[in-house]
Amino acid sequence: MHDMGCAITDKALLDVQSLSVHFGSVSDPVRAVDGVDFHIFPGEIVALVGESGSGKSISALSLARLIPEPAGRIVDGRIIFQGLEVLKLKSSELRKLRGARIAYIFQEPATSLNPVYTVGWQIGEAIRLHRKGVKVKAEVAKLLAAVGLPDPARAAGAYPHELSGGMQQRAMIAMALACNPDLLVADEPTTALDVTVQKQILDLLVELREKRGLSILLITHNLGIVANVADRVYVMNNGKIVESGETKTVLRTPQHEYTRKLLKAVPRLHKTA
Amino acid sequence: MNELLQVENVSVRYGALEAVRGVSLVLAAGETLGLVGESGCGKSSLGRAVLALEPVAAGRVMFDGNSVTALKGAALKQFRRQAQMVFQDPFGSLNPRMSVGSAIEEVLFVHGIGASRTTRRDRAAELFRDVGLDENWLGRYPHEFSGGQRQRIGIARALALEPKLLVADEPVSALDVSVQADIIQLLKRIQRARGLAYLFIGHDLAVVREMSDRIAVMFKGEIVETGTSDQVCDNPQHSYTQKLLSAVPDIDKALA
Repeated sequence: MHDMGCAITDKALLDVQSLSVHFGSVSDPVRAVDGVDFHIFPGEIVALVGESGSGKSISALSLARLIPEPAGRIVDGRIIFQGLEVLKLKSSELRKLRGARIAYIFQEPATSLNPVYTVGWQIGEAIRLHRKGVKVKAEVAKLLAAVGLPDPARAAGAYPHELSGGMQQRAMIAMALACNPDLLVADEPTTALDVTVQKQILDLLVELREKRGLSILLITHNLGIVANVADRVYVMNNGKIVESGETKTVLRTPQHEYTRKLLKAVPRLHKTA
Repeated sequence: MNELLQVENVSVRYGALEAVRGVSLVLAAGETLGLVGESGCGKSSLGRAVLALEPVAAGRVMFDGNSVTALKGAALKQFRRQAQMVFQDPFGSLNPRMSVGSAIEEVLFVHGIGASRTTRRDRAAELFRDVGLDENWLGRYPHEFSGGQRQRIGIARALALEPKLLVADEPVSALDVSVQADIIQLLKRIQRARGLAYLFIGHDLAVVREMSDRIAVMFKGEIVETGTSDQVCDNPQHSYTQKLLSAVPDIDKALA
């Protein structure tokens, strides 16, 4: 078991070991994340699946220590990212990690974007902070083109409300990519989008993995998305990972009762024979 | 003619914007018609127009053989008893300062059902049991319930007047997948027991298929395809329906 852990740490981009996150009182805490282990290899798309309250978003936020403190506390475990002990980082080191190496996108792009600044300015902010000496305007245009916005110059000059939901999420992805992160944490990135737009965004994420070798942690409750996009999957319930493995293996032959229940609940597009 | 609802060339306009453009639909008693489309296609406007919650710019809506388009006063109130709505976010439609029992009793009181408070309370308890909730929770407030429980309350309140038609606008979209499945089963069970007709509005074709006998696909204010659920999902004719279907992350296809 111990040897195995070391082997993973050496090769993995991210290795999370017995992570526990508590909320509320110390004497009687809510165990939002309760001894969770997971890892991501470079270039992998890994899904963390569960329903509301399962602890999947809190696990994801913990990676860059974005848990709202002191309400929430990482009480146990290790997070090793590219060999760094994330839980031991000083705040200056933590700032370098956030945004520059681990980037996040969330469900509601509109609430993650500042309504009073142009999209281009907001994407440029990350470049100005983390990448001194880079020509900001040209880099912003390059990023907006990379995420498939048809008219990058126009999008850069637009305010968030002037863009559709799908375009806003593309702008958020451009912002996340601004510092060439190694890991993109995508927390329900398509839940608020129409199904045709959802497909475009998922295709984009897969393309970014192919072209940039980006590793992606995809947080979702949608097993259809998991089946179509993820290499491996972790199923979470009540703060614990109940099952994990290759996506196709887990979804074809689920071992845990909760995974089976989740699969059974998925509405099917075509009746199975 | 056993059509409960006939929508004939209905248009809904907001100023210069024509959200619904000459739509025609029929819905038989006890049947479920799924109305599927993406945001801005006009599906919610159409659902509201069916319930006379939105003025119709052209065409007419017939319910039980009578036009509801020009209904006013007592006649409109009478129609409201027969056609009710279930919303996506039941929390937004429940008064946070009123116990959920009172919210249901109020509906009965306004429509003159139940001679006394006691009979109204008994009726609310019965409705609560029908939707799978504990009647001892009638005194609780909306925030004390989970999303799935709140949707059950929304359904109980919609059923209070014993309608013949429920327009359900994305009733399970905000819910977890296992809760979604429970609510779909509940809606089906209620339909079997009461012979209700549903206009089931949604954006997720898999969910709409699960619920519906027939499906109408809406795009840019118009119905582009109508058919049985099997026809529309297994053999789509219109290019937009095909696009919609191919965009759904299909779990079975991915695992095949």
